[in-house]
Amino acid sequence: MSPQFDSLTVGDIVAERQVTLDRDSLVRYAGASGDFNPIHYRDDVAAGVGLPGVLAHGMLTMGIAAGAATDWAGGAHLVKDYQVRFTRPVLVDPQSGAVLDISAKVAALDAEAKTARVDLTVRFSGNTVLGKAQIVIGLD
Amino acid sequence: MNPAIQGREYPPTASYLVGREKVREFARAVQSTDPVSIDLDAARAAGFADLVAPPTFGVVVQEHALAQLLADEEAGIDFSRVVHGDQRFRFTRPIVAGDELTAVLTVASIKSLGGHSMITAETALTDAVGEHVVTAISTLVVRGDE
Repeated sequence: MSPQFDSLTVGDIVAERQVTLDRDSLVRYAGASGDFNPIHYRDDVAAGVGLPGVLAHGMLTMGIAAGAATDWAGGAHLVKDYQVRFTRPVLVDPQSGAVLDISAKVAALDAEAKTARVDLTVRFSGNTVLGKAQIVIGLD
Repeated sequence: MNPAIQGREYPPTASYLVGREKVREFARAVQSTDPVSIDLDAARAAGFADLVAPPTFGVVVQEHALAQLLADEEAGIDFSRVVHGDQRFRFTRPIVAGDELTAVLTVASIKSLGGHSMITAETALTDAVGEHVVTAISTLVVRGDE
């Protein structure tokens, strides 16, 4: 069930979750998305271009973060607009992976359009990795 | 990078048929448990003919359009120097399994900033009857010479 528009207040934290990425997650996303850039699965290639290690696809982080908002809202079909800026890399350790802490907060309400702008925060190792991560959800 | 390609529009890509199992595969990859992307009955109950793709699925089709830009010798983009700066999806409606999507990429802007170039590409995805589904907007940062 979707939340009632009238029940929402700007500032409400509507979802919080922790997600662990491992190297398997990156290979799975490479296959699903078609993005086979080897910096996302090969340590030697990542090191060769001066990276501290294998990075998660930014689009994987963006995709996972959306889930926090859409699960709360009641489904992917309710998304009207979704944008992020990739500000910091997510390094995925071959053994321990990477832990993402995601939270979703109501940032703006449009009573006429019956939409809620939900801002997403994704932290890795204490730092945010996405900037201006905003998802607009339609609620009747 | 060649600033003269600002405004350039590339020809439509070959159509991309969104498969039901591809939607499930993508949903699993982004760790989604959204019923409308996994369970046909849930998708139908929400008013759709088939599974609804997760919000970032459009990147799969955008990839085909970006390949045209990166292969364009006149654009002169060195792919090894490209970093994904930001990404946006503006929906008219969600992507649904069974959609046959065609992508048209336009170079919306090119900017220089401290030795780097930033190129914003807007890829409009339309369905088999030519109706707009979603526009994927990608800003690529091309790092300058060190």
